[in-house]
Amino acid sequence: MTDQALLDKVLAFAPGKVAVEEYVNTYPALRVEADALHDLARFLKENEETDFDYLMCLSGVDWGANLGVVYHLRSTRHGHVLVLKTQTPERITPTIDTISDLWVGAEFHEREVYDMFGIRFTNHPDMRRIFMSDKWMGFPLRKDYQASNPLHLETEGAYEDEGIRKLASGKGKDETFIINFGPQHPSTHGVLRLVITLEGENVDQVQPHCGYIHRGIEKMCEHLTYQQIVHLTDRMDYLSAHINNEAVCLCVEKALQVEVPLRAQYIRTIMDELTRVASHLLFWTSFGMDLGATTCFFYSMRERDHILDIFEETCGARLVLSYVCPGGVMYDLHPNFQRRVKDFIREMRRRLPEYHRLLSGNVIFQGRSRNIGVLSHENAVSFGVTGPSGRASGWHCDVRKQDPYHVYSQVDFQEAIRTEGDVFARYMLRMDELETSLNIIEQLIDQIPSGDYAAKMKPVIRVPEGEYYQRVETARGDLGVWLVSQGDKFPYRLKFRSPGFSTLAALPHLCHGFKIADLIAISGSLDFVIPDIDR
Amino acid sequence: MIYDFSKLTSSLDQLLLSVLPPFWVLLVEALLVLIAGLAAFAVLGMILVYMERKVCAFFQVRLGPNRVGKWGTLQLIADMLKLLTKELVTPRGVDVLLYNVAPFIIIMAAFLSFGALPFARGLHAIDFNIGVFYLMAVSSLAVLGILLGGWASNNKYTVIGAMRSGAQVVSYELSVGLTYITMVAFAGTMQLSGIVEAQADGWFLFKGHLPALIAFVVFLIASTAEANRGPFDLAEAESELIAGYHTEYSGLRFAFFYLAEYLNMFIGAAIAATLFLGGWMPLHIGSWEAFNAVMDFIPPIVWFFGKTFLLVWVTMWFKWTFPRLRIDQLLTLEWKYLMPVSFFNLLLMTVIILLGWHF
Repeated sequence: MTDQALLDKVLAFAPGKVAVEEYVNTYPALRVEADALHDLARFLKENEETDFDYLMCLSGVDWGANLGVVYHLRSTRHGHVLVLKTQTPERITPTIDTISDLWVGAEFHEREVYDMFGIRFTNHPDMRRIFMSDKWMGFPLRKDYQASNPLHLETEGAYEDEGIRKLASGKGKDETFIINFGPQHPSTHGVLRLVITLEGENVDQVQPHCGYIHRGIEKMCEHLTYQQIVHLTDRMDYLSAHINNEAVCLCVEKALQVEVPLRAQYIRTIMDELTRVASHLLFWTSFGMDLGATTCFFYSMRERDHILDIFEETCGARLVLSYVCPGGVMYDLHPNFQRRVKDFIREMRRRLPEYHRLLSGNVIFQGRSRNIGVLSHENAVSFGVTGPSGRASGWHCDVRKQDPYHVYSQVDFQEAIRTEGDVFARYMLRMDELETSLNIIEQLIDQIPSGDYAAKMKPVIRVPEGEYYQRVETARGDLGVWLVSQGDKFPYRLKFRSPGFSTLAALPHLCHGFKIADLIAISGSLDFVIPDIDR
Repeated sequence: MIYDFSKLTSSLDQLLLSVLPPFWVLLVEALLVLIAGLAAFAVLGMILVYMERKVCAFFQVRLGPNRVGKWGTLQLIADMLKLLTKELVTPRGVDVLLYNVAPFIIIMAAFLSFGALPFARGLHAIDFNIGVFYLMAVSSLAVLGILLGGWASNNKYTVIGAMRSGAQVVSYELSVGLTYITMVAFAGTMQLSGIVEAQADGWFLFKGHLPALIAFVVFLIASTAEANRGPFDLAEAESELIAGYHTEYSGLRFAFFYLAEYLNMFIGAAIAATLFLGGWMPLHIGSWEAFNAVMDFIPPIVWFFGKTFLLVWVTMWFKWTFPRLRIDQLLTLEWKYLMPVSFFNLLLMTVIILLGWHF
């Protein structure tokens, strides 16, 4: 369906309540009255012709006079995108109907909006703050936020939290065995806190508590220039730092309609894939550790170090690269780059069978991972679990194929897909992607054209007024950047739709009924990075 | 011929009897055995920890400790000093008595088994005529320490670790016991020195062919599980339970748990060496007199430690290669596979003995 036909259809559904948004926008957008939102969303999701089954992004925004919520919807079948924008009538007690009954993944996103903007979602199953503590005063992302929150030095009791009280009250309080996993726990891969209730060894409920590394990156971005923002994005998903950088740069370039030199596009694509390989190698490492196979750690760290050495030679940094800048890349390639990358590909191809011999083929490993934590295709879409975890459930969600950026449209590669959706499929999918990435690099490495490595940009970038959305495929999935500009040198609002946040929402659903050891395997196989969740 | 250590011990006994009354002789001898045992215990512990670190490093394409002393050999001394000088933290809310007793129970259980091992002819603290039975009895004491330690620590992780360990050790003891019985039936004696002497014309692994081989494999798996070593280290599964039952222990108390784990691994390997590989008995093949005489030139103590450390190395190989099992898989392995196999194997062994189909 064309954009116009889509808009016409929606306008016909709710006349008077919906208006086409004429603002500069990446996607067709509609302004919806708050009271008509839920009905319209249901219509858009359940109608065969529209079939918006994937909630790409849900963001709050402070428009000054009132507060808004913006929904980016996408249909996995038809591939079209629609933006719904709604507003609360006032900002003292703002309420909007929840859509978490239609898209399960919206539950976490709506909690984030409540936490940051104070918009209460009616009929939401669990309307609590998600990043800030219960005692936090004010809503940080509002433009008029001035509350001073004194530092509390006393320890918060482990059971004083509203969410945990809810868990404990399920049965007789003495019978529920509640365990805190984290924030300091070897297997949560960072400062994530999972509160789980157990029945013997079996996990009953899992309640993620985020926010231990919440730095308010979105708030900080509102006071930084676009070149400065690039460096902050490194700190979200630090394992795909380069790809995060790109997301913002691509968004700015799209808004300014800058033509990035072909050489820069090639360099970015190759670096993208190297980053993905490095990230998947780290996944292999940590996943083995989670299952008690400690030897994996050193094997893939050895290979990953080659990539980090290449990074270091290219741009000076090993982990948080900040190699990309709006318009291209910071510096030209090092003369050794091509030779070292080719050496690495040869080395990696030689090592991969070794990896499979050590871990993938092991009987204990297969017993621990097959048929554990099965995520169905429908749930993957509904939760918005993208990236390798989504593709392991049979969902073709690779942004490199859907919305190709850089030179991905010119590269010949197969999107890795598995349909089992269990831990083993998620693991094997990443191993498949290692090979895919190596193939992509191999196709490009000899073809890097000569020319400029960056387009000429103004020292102070002013993005023209409008709203822009850019998706990239990080090693963890669909990273979306939603940029609202009012023509200033700072963004008015910058929202990151991080893949990890949506993936985390699926964790409680996947773990129910499995053992503690499976919880570790499942969370390991989802491969989230905590700063990416918290931002 | 093979040197008999009982000559040395009996001459020492005579010497002491000539200067002291019998009761005091007994006391002095007990003290000497205790000191020798403790020293051997500590030294072995250090060697094992060093070996583990080096073996693990080589499996993981690393070098392991190599800074303190030549090849890092003094690292162990440094670690020991560190453990000895660290503060003994007692968390609030623990059951103080049980919390303090648990490490001692564990180390005591290891030490009791250690005392019965025959290191060479005539070189063991005590040679029971029910030696194998005694080993079974004392090695099952360790689980008491684990359960108490986990329970008394007043921590949910330690309780889960302790419960896992309890289920695991109790289950796998069945298989260990059944393989003991299989080999005792073959040897016709429970006395450990008798079992070793019976292997003078060939180790049981070869003499008992098929059933002995099955018993050997089952014993290796089950004793690894009983010692809570990876891939059966669910009780301390560091990626799930931090450190399992000894999460709350520090300093010397932690060292006791740590030492006991390594010694249990050694004891398991030593028992396997004694029951299947002839203990300190050199490699003898039937009536090949010349070959047997050459083998006798290698001292028995070298044979004993050689075999034991080979098996220890195999256990380490397990740990650094395999992922960890899950608790239900662990129990399935024991109750549905190892135990029926062991029962069948016992039957097979009995038939073979009765029909005389062994070497």
